[in-house]
Amino acid sequence: MIGLENKKMSKKIIPIGPYHPLQEEPELFKLYCEGEIVKDVEWVTGYNHRAIEKLSESKPFEEVFFLVERICGICSTSHPFAFANCMEEIAGVEIPDRAKYIRTIIGELERIHSHLLWVGLAGHFLGYNTVFMWAWKYREPVMDIFEMITGNRNSYAMFKIGGVRRDIENDKIPEIKQVLDLVKKKNGMLTHAVFDDPVIHARTKGVGILTREDIINYGALGPTARASGVQIDVRKDDPYAAYPLVDWKVITAEEGDVYAKAVVRFLEMNESISIIEQCLEGLKKEKEGEVEVIVKEVPAGTGTGRHEAPRGEVFHFVKTDGSQYPVRHKIRAPSYMNIATFKKSCIGQTISDATIALAAVDPCYCCTERMAIACDYSTGKKILDGNELVKLGQKRTEEVRKNPGIDHS
Amino acid sequence: MGFKEYCFKKSLWLFHFGGASCNNCDIEILDCLTPRYDVERYGMKLVGSIRHADVLLVNGSINQRDKARLLELYHQAPKPILVVAIGACGCTGGIFTEGITFAGPVDEIIPVDAYVPGCPPKPEAILAGIMKLLNK
Amino acid sequence: MTSKDLINTIRNKIKKGILDWNVKSDRRAFVSICPELIVPFADYLFQELKFRFIIASALQSKKGFEIYYHFSKDEIGFILNVHVILPEDKPEIESLANNFVAANWIEREMHELFGINFLNHPNPDKLISEGNWAEGVYPYRNKEI
Repeated sequence: MIGLENKKMSKKIIPIGPYHPLQEEPELFKLYCEGEIVKDVEWVTGYNHRAIEKLSESKPFEEVFFLVERICGICSTSHPFAFANCMEEIAGVEIPDRAKYIRTIIGELERIHSHLLWVGLAGHFLGYNTVFMWAWKYREPVMDIFEMITGNRNSYAMFKIGGVRRDIENDKIPEIKQVLDLVKKKNGMLTHAVFDDPVIHARTKGVGILTREDIINYGALGPTARASGVQIDVRKDDPYAAYPLVDWKVITAEEGDVYAKAVVRFLEMNESISIIEQCLEGLKKEKEGEVEVIVKEVPAGTGTGRHEAPRGEVFHFVKTDGSQYPVRHKIRAPSYMNIATFKKSCIGQTISDATIALAAVDPCYCCTERMAIACDYSTGKKILDGNELVKLGQKRTEEVRKNPGIDHS
Repeated sequence: MGFKEYCFKKSLWLFHFGGASCNNCDIEILDCLTPRYDVERYGMKLVGSIRHADVLLVNGSINQRDKARLLELYHQAPKPILVVAIGACGCTGGIFTEGITFAGPVDEIIPVDAYVPGCPPKPEAILAGIMKLLNK
Repeated sequence: MTSKDLINTIRNKIKKGILDWNVKSDRRAFVSICPELIVPFADYLFQELKFRFIIASALQSKKGFEIYYHFSKDEIGFILNVHVILPEDKPEIESLANNFVAANWIEREMHELFGINFLNHPNPDKLISEGNWAEGVYPYRNKEI
């Protein structure tokens, strides 16, 4: 009975275009809407399952590094970093200082390129395609640096148990510094372009709020948690690599909305640039070439390793039995905990805010692309697919731009 | 040259299907749109529906769950359609072939016209692959 | 509070059900407990001592099915791993998801991969197995053990 009443009251949105045949697509998020408001969100997944934890048991430790790099392309170095921390805990070795600096440099460069990627995507969802193009254009110098140091733009294969595989020669340092200066300048430009725009304020302030309570209950991590005032950062709490050797601070914000998450990410990029510059100075003091400690055998035991990836804490747990293969390798990416917070951040929002609220958590790009569909709350039938949802968000920005005083609800 | 072939040589519209991938190739494909590589100067763009597409870009190792979707997409695509398998995972399955959910490399599911290997292939390589296909 | 203080607090508060302590360093420790104690123990760590739930890992070994629940005290960088062993023929344990929202998905995943039953789980639907493998198949189980 109640279902029929809702049908009469809620607006019917008719899907446009020949998208119907793709009805059976396994979407990541199903937003159940009543009129304009999202009432419930459902998560469907499994399309990306590659049985990596099982594959890892059949590979010797050196090859596991290549496997875990390809878990996610954007946080490509975070997984080897956490895995290396884990294995070095089991083996009980301390890596040389030069290796610590190199690991930190790679980790922080990755943070910069990942945050720029997010800025571009968020701009796209809001309808600011110029921001998308700028952010991705200024990622390119960072990728060039990666190619110069490691040989590839992604999937760097730099880590091994006991240190790193390749050295960063001191004569490359001036070029890296040049790129960092360029990124710092352009980041400043992007920051002002984004933060001084009243339309962006209207579209992102007060949207997708997560309170401190929510963060603690869901165990959320990374910029998502820090934007709600929860000061957790593995680099400060459980220091590793060169983080205790350089001077930097953890960035937090208080409001917990999309705007706060963007602020945290922009400021973190500046901190990353500062950390890299200090590490480059540190490299100059260490002897070139001493980048590893030879580890012949890993004893039987269990260990845990973690790293602060751009999205939060990456956690690896390994159990070994003295052979060259892991007995069990458990991997937990930060998005696993962060995505669950959609239950709190999306319910009660309008459909047009839903895409930006979901994207603010920064799930891996692949998840964001086939992200969401909207369904009618009473019938469960699909009414808008992913592309249409993004267009709705972009249209909303246009409306706000034309009518600056419009009521946000 | 027939009318169809003539039209095909200009302004290809690309549709991207990502299987169970690590997103490296997805990002590199999107990178083609950005100012440095700028695929739009060739008139190419990424479209949102398979029914508008001339080229189907497939990447990622195909999972049991994606296999059905891929077949469906291929059947809905207006023929002739060119299929390009991108990345090591698209070409052969890459490092994930021994996984328990692996459902065959792309060319065992649908016919493939061009392979662009790499992990991930640089945007220049992807563009070169597509252009080579045009000149065939 | 150092990790030693925290361990002593736990020891004084919970007298029954703890089988073994293994303190590896001042930032890593393992504690083995009886499966029946998991819900009150985890609750105590989360509510009273303000630990954060990282994740849970399951594995199969000669002793049966083992689960490690990883908790973190971020202020001091301390990880406490809570270890339980479940019998091979009947791997079941009380679900934590009623008290911890954060444990909801990982318990569903552990069930789909290993076949461990989490009793009284609020929504035991499929998470990752739909279309990927058949009902009743637990792909991460080792047949040789």
